[in-house]
Amino acid sequence: MTVKDIFESMDYGPAPESPAEALKWIQNHGGEFGHFINGEFTRPRADFATMNPATGEVLAHVAQATGDEVDTAVAAARKAQGPWAKLPGHQRAKYLYALARLIQKHARLFAVLETLDNGKPIRESRDIDIPLAARHFYYHAGIAQLMEAELPDAEPLGVAGQIIPWNFPLLMFAWKIAPAIATGNTVVLKPAEYTPLTALLFAEICREAGLPKGVVNIVTGDGAVGEMIVAHEGIDKIAFTGSTEVGRRIREATAGSGKALTLELGGKSPYIVFEDADIDSAIEGLVEAIWFNQGQVCCAGSRLLVQEGIAEDFLARLKARMNKLRIGDPLDKSIDIGALVDPVQLDRVRRMVAEGGGEGEVFHADCPLPDRGCYYPPTLVTDLAPASMLMQEEIFGPVLCATTFRTKAEAIEIANNTRYGLAASVWSENLNRALDVAPALAAGVVWVNASNLFDAAAGFGGVRESGFGREGGWEGLWAYMRPRMKLTPLKPIPPVPAPKDAKVEGIDRTAKMFIGGKQARPDSGYSRAVWSPDGKLLGHVGLGNRKDVRNAVEAARKAQGPWAATPGALKAQILYYIGENLASRADEFAARIDAMTGRRSGTKEVEAAISRLFTYAAWADKYDGLAHNVPIRGKALAMNQPVGVIAALAPDESPLLGLISVMAPAIAMGNAAVIAASEPYPLAATDFSEVLETSDVPAGVVNILTGQHTDMAETMARHMDVDACWSFSSTDLSALIEHGSATNLKRTWANNARSRDWLSPAGEGREFLRQATEVQNIWIPWGE
Amino acid sequence: MPGRSKSPERSEGKAAGPGLPQIHLPRNTGRPLDMDWVLAAEANTSAIERRVKALPRRRSLKKAHQAAWLLRAVTLIDLTTLSGDDTPGRVRRLCAKARQPVRADLLEALGMKPGEITTGAVCVYHEMVETAVRALEGTGIPVAAVSTGFPAGLSPLHLRVAEIGESVKAGAREIDIVISRRHVLTGSWQALYDELCEFREACGEAHMKAILATGELGNLRNVARASRVAMLAGADFIKTSTGKESVNATLPVSLVMLRAIRDYEALTGFKVGYKPAGGISKAKDALNYLVLVKEELGTRWLAPELFRFGASSLLGDIERQLEHHVTGAYSASWRHAIG
Repeated sequence: MTVKDIFESMDYGPAPESPAEALKWIQNHGGEFGHFINGEFTRPRADFATMNPATGEVLAHVAQATGDEVDTAVAAARKAQGPWAKLPGHQRAKYLYALARLIQKHARLFAVLETLDNGKPIRESRDIDIPLAARHFYYHAGIAQLMEAELPDAEPLGVAGQIIPWNFPLLMFAWKIAPAIATGNTVVLKPAEYTPLTALLFAEICREAGLPKGVVNIVTGDGAVGEMIVAHEGIDKIAFTGSTEVGRRIREATAGSGKALTLELGGKSPYIVFEDADIDSAIEGLVEAIWFNQGQVCCAGSRLLVQEGIAEDFLARLKARMNKLRIGDPLDKSIDIGALVDPVQLDRVRRMVAEGGGEGEVFHADCPLPDRGCYYPPTLVTDLAPASMLMQEEIFGPVLCATTFRTKAEAIEIANNTRYGLAASVWSENLNRALDVAPALAAGVVWVNASNLFDAAAGFGGVRESGFGREGGWEGLWAYMRPRMKLTPLKPIPPVPAPKDAKVEGIDRTAKMFIGGKQARPDSGYSRAVWSPDGKLLGHVGLGNRKDVRNAVEAARKAQGPWAATPGALKAQILYYIGENLASRADEFAARIDAMTGRRSGTKEVEAAISRLFTYAAWADKYDGLAHNVPIRGKALAMNQPVGVIAALAPDESPLLGLISVMAPAIAMGNAAVIAASEPYPLAATDFSEVLETSDVPAGVVNILTGQHTDMAETMARHMDVDACWSFSSTDLSALIEHGSATNLKRTWANNARSRDWLSPAGEGREFLRQATEVQNIWIPWGE
Repeated sequence: MPGRSKSPERSEGKAAGPGLPQIHLPRNTGRPLDMDWVLAAEANTSAIERRVKALPRRRSLKKAHQAAWLLRAVTLIDLTTLSGDDTPGRVRRLCAKARQPVRADLLEALGMKPGEITTGAVCVYHEMVETAVRALEGTGIPVAAVSTGFPAGLSPLHLRVAEIGESVKAGAREIDIVISRRHVLTGSWQALYDELCEFREACGEAHMKAILATGELGNLRNVARASRVAMLAGADFIKTSTGKESVNATLPVSLVMLRAIRDYEALTGFKVGYKPAGGISKAKDALNYLVLVKEELGTRWLAPELFRFGASSLLGDIERQLEHHVTGAYSASWRHAIG
């Protein structure tokens, strides 16, 4: 084409980025790669190929890790971990800083290699993936520098096994590795089998950074290697980003193993547009929401909710915008949309649209597709309802599904009508409206008048079946750290058996359960006698069963929303009031505890319980969030939101203090609690329900069950309207709780057969507050 | 309807349907002031800034494409001099440059015929109109006059209207009028509309380019609303700035105005032109503007009847880039004739 022709047509031309340097790098490795273990590459093997999805050509061959290789990698990480954690923070900071600088120095090579391996447009790998990856190392260099001073009571978890997806290979790599090694952990990481190359390039720069051997180990392979990592006994923590389906399997596989776990899974994130939004900007935002990275983004704004009055105009403009998208060679700098990662994904997207598209109207953008390669056109499916399959299932492709709403309340209801809870966007020029809607959304990240903004300073992660744990920000560090404390092996405490000679005195008194603010008889119709060690009958308690759990959760769910909306100051007042009322019956409670346990610790326990109530009354209006310093004109507000309904098995050993240690942080943070009382010593809890009744606690905010923990634990763990399940039972129910939680991927906090001293500082504080809250990051750009 | 009496009673052609090839665009006849439509315009600054920051990185023009687009940019320049010390000699020199903006040998190397490339117009103060018209005789290059008490627009209304008439009489085919910023800043949309209708009336056959002075309008929402009012009042072009404000043309302001133009076309079928002015001095900047226009409005707008750069030093940088394209060596400013 001549200059004259172009002068007439004013078309865009090709603007290709050269793959030469990246291909040369592959060639320098002979086109084959081994693993990176203990600071060295293992002998290359051509076990499987990694392809360029834009062309279908083989880029390189990589090794499928064997069990032995995974063992070697874990052993290297284990050996390195102690010395690495013992390094002064400043030393670790220097390594992380070097890694950040090295990513920048090799930015172009990383970007081209990423695009070749993944199919994403070079613009995205160049302007988004690689800079954000470098930024993650910079940010966490700072964390390493500061953590001794800022987090003196925290310690690393040990060896982390990390499994990452193919959609943002280097970025997810950075999100996993940087916080882990900054805080003194070492890692064994497996990149996705479709996209291993940038991780291997990173391995090289680890050597250029002089990183101590074994701190970062990279093994390649498919899901089988992932399974080996998940099952490996030498690993303390698993961090996984990927599909909800695999996340669920990992949750089940790690149940009871004592491994810490964080999951960043799928999503079906709502994109809400109110009638008073800047419409054209909202449409442009959609381009970033759903046509970023070919829609292969866990937090893609894939569900469009438009206010009915503007829907027709909005969708017409949207279609016009879609027709302007350019799809094609990912190495072309003028391309908006590249190739899907693999033919498997292309088939999946095609199949889903074929199956579900009929429920609405399918519009494919009028942009020409290349003849070969994994391309799918930008697609909009309108006239869908929440009941449509495409509105519920994650497509993970460039397909936007749309419906309408009438009111703010309906927008929230439709937005939250999903199993997922990763991200959301809200568009309105009225900040009253936008800031009202944002925290009401079940999503770990909300963007106000924006979409897909990321930064290392703000936590990212989901609720519901989008997983748990955060990556980025101060809140993300807890994925790789724990409070330093002494835990002791759990000692089962069985109920006092019936004596040979029962001493029965006074009028028969029945302790009932406490559900929805009312005393409730057990559904089972069975009761158990509670004996003192010296043979006195202290009372009877009902044996709770699954139906009692069901009823309690129902009551809790009903109460939770209004309770969460109650101001912290009022929650504080109620918690103080509980303490006051408990204090007025202190002697009675102390005597009851002594009678059940046969110890003389009652008075001390009651005092500690009152103090604990004061602690959380104090926290109720003080557990502030953060205003993260993200690189926009605005802030990311990290809000400490209640988790929702928390079901807990109270500690057996401290009948009153244990109950309150669990209950008080939960309700102080706006949760509703369903708590199974100490199994052997339940009467302090049943007595305590009378205190709750007189302390202005709204019905359903606290529900107390009695009976055998094993009978109730599974129902609690599997209940899909429970958002978190805690176990401090003296029976080790960790495996059961963690396994059962996989139904809805609720958060769990199980004692893993270790007990804590409830009278000590370990029995209260920030660890409890963190467990009782979800950090929701609300990004608020401003400026006129 | 308020303002109806003053609303334009012009019917110089009906808008053709979309997609129909057309050489002569039907001229915007304006519409009665529709306040609902004006006030419905919103502009989210942060989102708009993100879009304009990302766009130049979403589209890349290399080699022949870059050269061709730069040549097109030359044809879209309103070559401008608006200085107190302008003289007939200075204006004639500028007109000479407008006739042959790019060195003949470079044009030839780029496959263009001599005389095929001229700037879009020459833009001067009223006193220089006649000189410019004479200097450009036979070229077809229109002369644009800045008017209505340019740049502040604060002289008596009847004088501002009369000024338009004088410039038209002197041969100006385009009148770059300035709006009363105070009407925008106080939300007096009706007053703004009425004033613009009067200006448009006074322009007659000459095309009216309405300068919004966006740097003085306070925010992008005002820019969006003022753009809508100007088009309803019959503006043939909407233009960002006089070049005399402290902030002149920017990409965010342009995005807002281009979207307003798109909305107006959807409402009325009329295509209104766009002219960013002030501060565009680099070839790369010019390409960014052209890409923005192509993306938001379409290729049809990349023509002198719908798009102009108000610029004085942009041409020099484009010439250097073109020579670099032709020779592969970086150029120097003194190798290109000044205007």
